[in-house]
Amino acid sequence: MTRGHLIAAALCLIALIALPMVLEATGNRYLIGTVTRVFFYAIAAMSLNLILGFGGMISFGHAAYFGVGAYVVGILSFHGAEGIPIFGLPGTENALIAWPLAVLISALAAALIGALALRTTGVYFIMTTLAFAQMLFFLFVSLEQYGGDDGLFMSAGRSEVPLIDIEGRTTFYFVSMICCALFFWFTHALIHSPFGRVLKGIKQNEPRMRALGAPTYTYKLVAFAIAGGGAGLAGVLSANHTEFVSPDILHWTKSGELMIMVILGGLGTLLGPILGAAAFLILEEFLPVIFDMLGLDLLQEHWRIVFGPLLIIVVLMTRSGLHGALFRKRGAS
Amino acid sequence: MKTTTMMALAGALAFAAPAAAETVKIGMVTTLSTGAGYLGEDVRDGFLLAVKEEGGKLGGTDVEVLVEDDGRKPGTGRQIAQRFIERDGVEIMTGVIFSNISPVVWPLAEEAGIFYVTPNSAPSAYAGAGCHEDYFAVAWQNDSLHESVGVLSNDLGHGNAFIMAANYQAGKDAIAGFKRYFKGEIVGELYPALGQTDYAAEIAAIRDAKPAMVYHFLPGGMGINFIKQYAQAGLGGTIPQVLSGAGMESRILGAVGETALNVASTSHWSADFDNEANKAFVAGFEAEYGRLPSVYASQGYDTAKLIASALKATGGKVLEDKDGFRNAMRAADFASVRGEFRFNNNQHPINDWINQVVEKDADGALVLRSKGIVAPALADAYAGECALDWNK
Amino acid sequence: MHLFAEQLLNGIQLGIFLYLVAAGLTLIFGIMGFINLAHGSLFMIGAFLAATLTDVTGSFLGGLVLAVIATGVIGVVAERLILRHLYERDHLDQVLVTFGLILFTNELVVMLAGRAPQFFSTPGWLNGSVEILPGLQYPVYRLAIIAVGAAVALLLYWIIARTRVGMLIRAGSTDRETVEVLGVDIGLIFTALFGVGAMFAGLAGAMAGPLVSVEVGMGEGQLILAFVVVVIGGIGSVHGTLIAALMVGIADTLGRAFVTDVLRLFMAPDTASGMGAGLSSMLIYVLMAIILIARPSGLFPVQTSRH
Repeated sequence: MTRGHLIAAALCLIALIALPMVLEATGNRYLIGTVTRVFFYAIAAMSLNLILGFGGMISFGHAAYFGVGAYVVGILSFHGAEGIPIFGLPGTENALIAWPLAVLISALAAALIGALALRTTGVYFIMTTLAFAQMLFFLFVSLEQYGGDDGLFMSAGRSEVPLIDIEGRTTFYFVSMICCALFFWFTHALIHSPFGRVLKGIKQNEPRMRALGAPTYTYKLVAFAIAGGGAGLAGVLSANHTEFVSPDILHWTKSGELMIMVILGGLGTLLGPILGAAAFLILEEFLPVIFDMLGLDLLQEHWRIVFGPLLIIVVLMTRSGLHGALFRKRGAS
Repeated sequence: MKTTTMMALAGALAFAAPAAAETVKIGMVTTLSTGAGYLGEDVRDGFLLAVKEEGGKLGGTDVEVLVEDDGRKPGTGRQIAQRFIERDGVEIMTGVIFSNISPVVWPLAEEAGIFYVTPNSAPSAYAGAGCHEDYFAVAWQNDSLHESVGVLSNDLGHGNAFIMAANYQAGKDAIAGFKRYFKGEIVGELYPALGQTDYAAEIAAIRDAKPAMVYHFLPGGMGINFIKQYAQAGLGGTIPQVLSGAGMESRILGAVGETALNVASTSHWSADFDNEANKAFVAGFEAEYGRLPSVYASQGYDTAKLIASALKATGGKVLEDKDGFRNAMRAADFASVRGEFRFNNNQHPINDWINQVVEKDADGALVLRSKGIVAPALADAYAGECALDWNK
Repeated sequence: MHLFAEQLLNGIQLGIFLYLVAAGLTLIFGIMGFINLAHGSLFMIGAFLAATLTDVTGSFLGGLVLAVIATGVIGVVAERLILRHLYERDHLDQVLVTFGLILFTNELVVMLAGRAPQFFSTPGWLNGSVEILPGLQYPVYRLAIIAVGAAVALLLYWIIARTRVGMLIRAGSTDRETVEVLGVDIGLIFTALFGVGAMFAGLAGAMAGPLVSVEVGMGEGQLILAFVVVVIGGIGSVHGTLIAALMVGIADTLGRAFVTDVLRLFMAPDTASGMGAGLSSMLIYVLMAIILIARPSGLFPVQTSRH
């Protein structure tokens, strides 16, 4: 890292820390929630980027692990609030138990699906991950006790974190921000570790890595499970943010949206997914508003007709997404 | 790059500044996309028609109606509701179509201390012990849609029935509601998955069971799929379907066409209701949008008219005079397109449910024609558990 | 016993229908190595066009034929304008661009046709049931779907296996350079092939019109099922797709028909119906998982260099 990078990072950090107060003071509290969403979608996108960008595995079912993480928190909270045991154990709203468990179960789900899907390659892999995600979607739709299609309302509110109360939105903003920063740090460390180097090697030339003696299947599977856990963490925050979980967060279009965030930001870059998640969510939220301001009523209602082609153009025209557009000149990554 | 971002943000902030205080803002979180987008479209168009009739006012007060599409996704619904409350300062929240959106939007409205007026979805959770003084349901309590079908099925003399509902909470509630009133025997009961398109297996099971009638609650496109395939199988003429008002309304009729001829259903409203308010509404809706209003449009319109009556009573005050506004809402002193309109103590309406049959009019066009009341003043099963006392 | 025979026939019919949806997908995948998520959108376009054109022409067959041709043309236009730029790019770009196309097409259809489900009229001669076995009534229209599906399967087999075009197609998919040296414009063949794939999607949509709700997004559920079929069958394998489609159709139908009854034998009726519905909706994915454990490249893998 150069001095310039450090200064830029410090400025960003200060801006993000000051942001809730600025928004509060200017009467735009609702935007705190929007930025919070950016944080946890960025985690999901970063986790997907691990396998998609660095590992070359085109998983089209990443929303499933996001959903599993969210549901674990929701289900544990439900059992805790209702006082009904689950598998003979009491439910819980305690974040120290529920959150790691959620991440673990998401990673486990990813490991199970990955173990099967990674036996396939290419288009098979894309469609197998999609189909298994769809299976999990139907599983949650059919879980009647947890609201089925209607979803599960967390009547007990957000999880209990020791020492702090995350019911407040500014507190939750900072919790999400810290999680996002930690996950960024984690991916950074992982990519620069020997494990990360092997992963990147597999993406470039798998037979060569295998010839060099690397158990490529195991490496890919571990990466897939880690990515699943990361998506699970994003799901944990999402469930806490909405205080509600429902199968629509596992829908296959959500998986597509996560892929778009990664591409939009810059595939295989560390910062890209964060930029992509921010751009996607802001665009989604403000495109109708912008059309409204421009007096384009028809487009305000049908903003998706612009959104779709916009994505196509970004994919076709840019090779490295927003990350490339922002950092190209300096040649850093 | 940074500068432009900041400018865009500044633009967004400027846009978000609160508007003048006299205008009452109404937030409509509704479903405009997905296959079920027409439900929200009709509710919205019905609501906006009432606003337009008064030249941008309701009950003499300027209103601004903010409409956004929840895409039938709870997460999106919550985002929109939060934005409406915090950015726009809406005083009334309305528009919710589906029962998976209510549990995220209503708690936000409750927390913000604003009024929630639902034009469609009214789950049992908020009708009994969970009722609330600021929560109003204009259309129905969900169960009564199906309870009335039970009554109608008895009236039609069907001794037994094959029943079927989509496998989700509203589907289970529908079956429970039907059974609550139906006196005959249930010869078969199936729960197809939500979004199922092929019903060959279910139709074969029905043919095998030879019931006197079939009742099904399959929301949106599912119901259309089933009705079409049922007719294709040639069962339409032999085993009659008796449906709820949500299973057979004008937009579904438009999609299934002649195959629905003679199908009986229940409803709390019909386009041919002979009261002044309804005649004006149907004519006005047709003139404005070039199509006939559906039952959802009537609900959107009634919701606006109810709010108008309350605004009129309080002189445009909503949150400044919550008690006054609430009491005026309870009084429901407006000319409903249903004819008479009154709330039960749980602030859900007590409707007269009619029998409605698909017939051809003089020009050969298919219409839903009302055939008299089958379940008069049907109060929902949960009102007794609601502790609201209007006299306090 | 009659009931079982009827349900089995229903399963075969659903399988044939899934084959219709998947045929175009597997053609484009298998031969061109192109992953087209917008296949479901072409399915929807076919259904909407057939609904409108049947109304305009007053004839079901006329509307069907015109809709299939029009969908093919739309496919060719999309291929020329956008998709052919993606053949050389990786699957990820293909997935994203065609995902963007889904968003665009759905909204465009809402703007053009409105949000209400469309009316689709079918002629009287295709309504009702016939007695195909003593005491076994079966809907005529579903028999028609079986016939059309069988015709498409034969046609596809004949084109690929027996014609010169088919040989070029097979050569093009494995060795693009050699074919081009022979002076054949492979780009043109791919455009035509994409058009044919789009026509199959349009045909499936148009044939589905009388049976299902013609509404925005109607193709997306079908797309996922078609994926499952293609993965099980082996990408690019025409007969593999057919066999996989039949397996999925029969498993799904019999699951819906009998799983609940089986569960009822040893649990409370309420629990059984809830669980039965959940289990039967996951059945085909379980089937897919089992097959992939045994054969990671599907039942009938095709050797090509492009995936």
